[in-house]
Amino acid sequence: MKLALLADLHSNLEAVEACIEHAHGEGADRFAFLGDLVGYNADPAAVVDLIRAYAKEGAIVVKGNHDAATAGELSHMAGAAADVVAWTRRQLNADQLTFLAELPPTAREGDMFFVHANAHSPERWGYIHDGWRAAVSMDAAQATYVFGGHVHTPMLYYMGADQRPQPFEPASGVPIPVPRHRRWLSIVGACGQPRDGNPAACYAVFEPDRELLTYWRVPYDYDSAARKLRAAGLPEEFARRLETGA
Amino acid sequence: MLKPGDEIDGFRVTERVHAGGMAVLYRVSPPRDTGFPVIMKVPRLAPGDDAVSVVSLEVEQMMLGALRGPHVPRLVAAGDLARQPYLAMEYIEGPSLDDWLAKAPLSAPEIVRLMMPLASAVHQLHCQQFVHLDIKPSNVMYRASGEAVLVDLGLGHHAHLPDLLAEESRKAVGSAPYMAPEQVVGVRCDPRSDIFALGAVMYELATGELPFGKPASTSGLRRRLYRDPVPPRALRPEIPGWLQEIILRCLEVDARRRYATAAQLAFDLGQAEQVVITERGRRLKRQGAWTRFKRWLRAAGWEPMPCPPPTEQISTAPIVLVAVATEHDQAGQAEALQEAVKHIASMDADYRIAVVTVIRPFPLLGTSRPEESGGKLHIRHLVQLRHWAAPLGLPADRLTCHVIEGSDPAAALLKYARVNQVDQIVIGAPPVMAAPELGVSYKPLLETVASRVVLEASCTVTLVRPRLTLVAPRRVERGGIAGV
Repeated sequence: MKLALLADLHSNLEAVEACIEHAHGEGADRFAFLGDLVGYNADPAAVVDLIRAYAKEGAIVVKGNHDAATAGELSHMAGAAADVVAWTRRQLNADQLTFLAELPPTAREGDMFFVHANAHSPERWGYIHDGWRAAVSMDAAQATYVFGGHVHTPMLYYMGADQRPQPFEPASGVPIPVPRHRRWLSIVGACGQPRDGNPAACYAVFEPDRELLTYWRVPYDYDSAARKLRAAGLPEEFARRLETGA
Repeated sequence: MLKPGDEIDGFRVTERVHAGGMAVLYRVSPPRDTGFPVIMKVPRLAPGDDAVSVVSLEVEQMMLGALRGPHVPRLVAAGDLARQPYLAMEYIEGPSLDDWLAKAPLSAPEIVRLMMPLASAVHQLHCQQFVHLDIKPSNVMYRASGEAVLVDLGLGHHAHLPDLLAEESRKAVGSAPYMAPEQVVGVRCDPRSDIFALGAVMYELATGELPFGKPASTSGLRRRLYRDPVPPRALRPEIPGWLQEIILRCLEVDARRRYATAAQLAFDLGQAEQVVITERGRRLKRQGAWTRFKRWLRAAGWEPMPCPPPTEQISTAPIVLVAVATEHDQAGQAEALQEAVKHIASMDADYRIAVVTVIRPFPLLGTSRPEESGGKLHIRHLVQLRHWAAPLGLPADRLTCHVIEGSDPAAALLKYARVNQVDQIVIGAPPVMAAPELGVSYKPLLETVASRVVLEASCTVTLVRPRLTLVAPRRVERGGIAGV
């Protein structure tokens, strides 16, 4: 099996399509979408429809905070992001909103655990910024592999000799051995809104049989995504973010 | 311990080769023919134990899996770490660099012969993003071809793979006599740490002594942050100044003052006569109490700088070969090459420029014209190279000139580039063959040196051409002046 993992898609159809195409090129035969299908960008309906189609074919999909907010379950969203949530709601039909509302907060399959933010309190959306928080999440997940997003920067935490997870910044396209006798927490990076200074979309491919995890950076047409965002009257800062990755 | 005849995953033990502190090595016969002898490394502790010996076996497996080429053993198989941890890999028979230690102190030429392939091997591994961090004589083997092989990669670091040995507590990991100062304080990612270890190894080969002894305590290890070693020439006056210069440069506390790359170290070893000898190469005493005190103060608050990933470090320190034709040169070509080299020198911090020309080999018995006999001809070309290089105004330790002999100039340049791990070749472009707008059109009769270098070099090749001053004849405009 080759499992492609995408998180923080954020209504960015150009980025999502580019990553999915790349993943097919890499031989991916399964997909997991780790939350925040919507928010920030201009194509919520198209992205939700695309992921629904994948979900029908067995893809793993979990809920993100932007999905919860759009479905009306979460009210405390910050400033400009909240405006986009309201706008996004207006773009989606009842079916699409129901799909978001019914997404599970977590998923488990074998020794893999999938969650948008963290495993210890999935629906409080706390960020994993350091090894200590990664350890709490890994302990709560009770799984060898924990996959998530929410933090928009790709990162791999691994349980070190002293039981304190160490952060590792992955390089694009380098297969990383992730043997099962250790525990791993992978933040696959943002597909639809990277924030680490590199505007290329992030995703990862996991091969459970070979115990290999490969992070990828995929260049995509962010000019078009930013143009649509501006045409829809969404906040300029989010268009800039696509262009700079900052 | 395993006995001869024991079998693990189809590997049958034939004999025990070595019992080290962390692991035991066995010769094994593999289940399938590998085409080379196989050795099995089994860690000392029970499986499931999260001890350093098991983690370092895991690190070694990861590194052997990621690295390519003749400078590490080939990985054959790895055992399940939870059940029966082991690594089956290519057996490198040796000799080991350790075998020479008994004969130390060695002569300078012998040290060069042993260290050049080792420095090249380290450079090749750095090019693959790997830092060894445990270079010592017993971890260096030589193949029959003369190539050096680094074994025991279990304490290594790969810039693109998670560091399983990194811990927040910053413990020093490595071998005390050879460990770089930054390793002492827990830095595990600087390729220049390996250059320090190479310096410690060279010091040992040259003097028969260890530069910092064998400290067992943390404070003993820290001493190398402020106390300089006894200069090798103070122990053995017959050691040439250039060798001491090279050794002490590797052993600088500040990584930025060491060789920027192992390739540059190999480069200097290969041309001892052109090494610029500074105070470092001449000193016969350790630094005085006052200097030591200042260094101690600095060391007390020392925070190492973030380390550059190996390939990033290498990219700032290229070795550039400039092929200069001392005969039959095109008009303007020499100036164009100077301009290109100035441009390179203005960009890179730690570049080395090797100005090279190839001349025909001299007949053994001299020629009919005594003024053209070997030595004189060689010097005449060397003088021309220096004359070419002088206007560049580059520091002496950045630029060297070489006259090499060869009846096939392209082959000679390519070999020089390969042996010295040159990053870039700068060479004059062949004359313009076809430029219809300039009225030039003739077919090349022979392959040029430059075109063959472009086709066969394994590095970047920059072709340099003088700006064309040739002006196509123009029609005479009415009332105008005829074109030149």
